[in-house]
Amino acid sequence: MSLERKRREMAGQNKTNVAAEPGKQEMTITREFDAPRELVFKAFTDPGLVPQWWGPGRLSTLVDKLDARSGGQWRFINQDPDGNEYGFHGVYHEILAPERIIDTFEFEGLSEAGHVALETLTLEALPGGRTRLTTQSVFQSVADRDGALQSGMEEGLNDSYERLTALLEKIQEQAR
Amino acid sequence: MDIFVALSDPTRRAILEILASSGELPATDIYEHFSASPQAISQHLKVLREANLVVMEKHAQKHLYSLNPYTLSQFEIWVQQTRQRWEESFQALDKVLEAEKQKLVQGEQERK
Repeated sequence: MSLERKRREMAGQNKTNVAAEPGKQEMTITREFDAPRELVFKAFTDPGLVPQWWGPGRLSTLVDKLDARSGGQWRFINQDPDGNEYGFHGVYHEILAPERIIDTFEFEGLSEAGHVALETLTLEALPGGRTRLTTQSVFQSVADRDGALQSGMEEGLNDSYERLTALLEKIQEQAR
Repeated sequence: MDIFVALSDPTRRAILEILASSGELPATDIYEHFSASPQAISQHLKVLREANLVVMEKHAQKHLYSLNPYTLSQFEIWVQQTRQRWEESFQALDKVLEAEKQKLVQGEQERK
């Protein structure tokens, strides 16, 4: 068992990892869950379950469309307490229960349409009834990705970020 | 200049690391660390300056470079915030999964 895994289990918490290499159009998010992948798959494709977890906690989520089959459409709406709405939509390119979902993703709140990301969600069964989720998103440009990063849609931490973090620690040591 | 583009290059990251360990350095001292031409390194320094990752001060004939800790710490804060936002959704998902697991257990008991 890796040290990281051990530390996480001791903390009783699964850690979200975000990998986004600077200057690239891609980002990958990984997270483990204490549930079999059939259930995790269901949480992503059941219109009754998606609103219970999708999007930021301070916003409510309405499922406008969720046609969970290859070629089906999806559209979710985030609503803030003032009634402002933020729509997201796309098409399921492939639904392969319970292991893979490939879809397109577009945020409707941008000033121009056509900024679409391609998402691949992979669910991997782990021992002990656990599941590892890997979400790879590929954007049309670095700016699109970083915009998404900033709006909290996606995120990343990788070699470069770790180096940067080490750098920051050095700076902080110097400041002391 | 986008901070991500600026950080995407290994030479530029190496320059940041040199400045992190040295504090303030004249451009000529930075050039000595690399086999690339001073012109090439100078271009990298320009990119880093445009991204506000480093600051440059002119002292007599020397161009002194140092890190801009403000930009770097802003960046780190931003990475943390983004991770937290995702973690928030996933923790809500943990609860949904827990409730679904309970339902499955109850369903099995009722069938017995």
